[in-house]
Amino acid sequence: MKVNGKDHGPVLPMTVKGLVSSMGFREDRVAVELNGKIVSRARYADTALKDDDSVEIVGFVGGG
Amino acid sequence: MDDELIIGNRRFNSRFILGSGKFSLEMTKAVMENGGVEIATLAVRRANAGGEENILDYIPKGLTLLPNTSGARNSDEAVRIAMLARELGCGDMIKIEIIKDSRYLLPDNCETIKATKILADEGFIVMPYMMPDLSAARSMADAGASAIMPLGAPIGSNKGLLTKDFIKIMVDELDLPIIVDAGIGRPSQACEAMEMGCAAVMANTAIATAGNIPMMAKAFKLSIEAGRMAFLSKPGRVLQNGGEASSPLTGFLEDVR
Repeated sequence: MKVNGKDHGPVLPMTVKGLVSSMGFREDRVAVELNGKIVSRARYADTALKDDDSVEIVGFVGGG
Repeated sequence: MDDELIIGNRRFNSRFILGSGKFSLEMTKAVMENGGVEIATLAVRRANAGGEENILDYIPKGLTLLPNTSGARNSDEAVRIAMLARELGCGDMIKIEIIKDSRYLLPDNCETIKATKILADEGFIVMPYMMPDLSAARSMADAGASAIMPLGAPIGSNKGLLTKDFIKIMVDELDLPIIVDAGIGRPSQACEAMEMGCAAVMANTAIATAGNIPMMAKAFKLSIEAGRMAFLSKPGRVLQNGGEASSPLTGFLEDVR
């Protein structure tokens, strides 16, 4: 599985909720894309991750 | 004063839009407060390791967030970033910023028109950052933009209103708010933009690179207010030749005949 472009290693089975929490993120401060599609927060707990998934986890930073 | 900035269905009293980049997090709040800012831009990036401080903790309550699509090189990427920004849960305003050219950081108007159409159809309040070109601005308006954000000079340059005449054409010809974004380096330049009828000014680097950052934020606030007041006052005419006395012309201190 890839997370933010890096190999994340075999930590399966896991849901999006588990991944976000294991990386120390607050759910209300991130947005998640799974294989290019947005996963809404309400779906984190029942969205399981697979070994060949690519996940993007983004948040706000300062910017003009 | 009943003189609101209206963007889409949103109303604002401040006409100073702040870019939130390049400040320390502690400085962010002081700048927003000193500048009387009601709208601030943010960027979307890959989240770093959890537990780090988040800029949202430093932004005053009630402030409207305007996420940008910086990092996008085409309309598809801009749409993707906009969708992620909306998912982050801070409203539906979006500043489209699409840049292919990494040297001058000039925006791609064609891709920006495409992204404006898609995002306006998706229900966003769309504010495209663009190269000041009347025809492109009209296309963005037709595509559903709620404001147009032409650049004054390259991003981060502090060079000022290099594109002044072209922005004035857009002010005169378009019904949408024209907001000068990028390049404004001094309060006098922000004031000039407002005097000629721009609806708002966005600044970031001008303040972030100042010696006294909170004081410069205040200076921008005052200059933008002054420029707006001057615009509403309808500036007086300019004589092409000669002068016109401001004092009575009756002479004195000489003998009366």
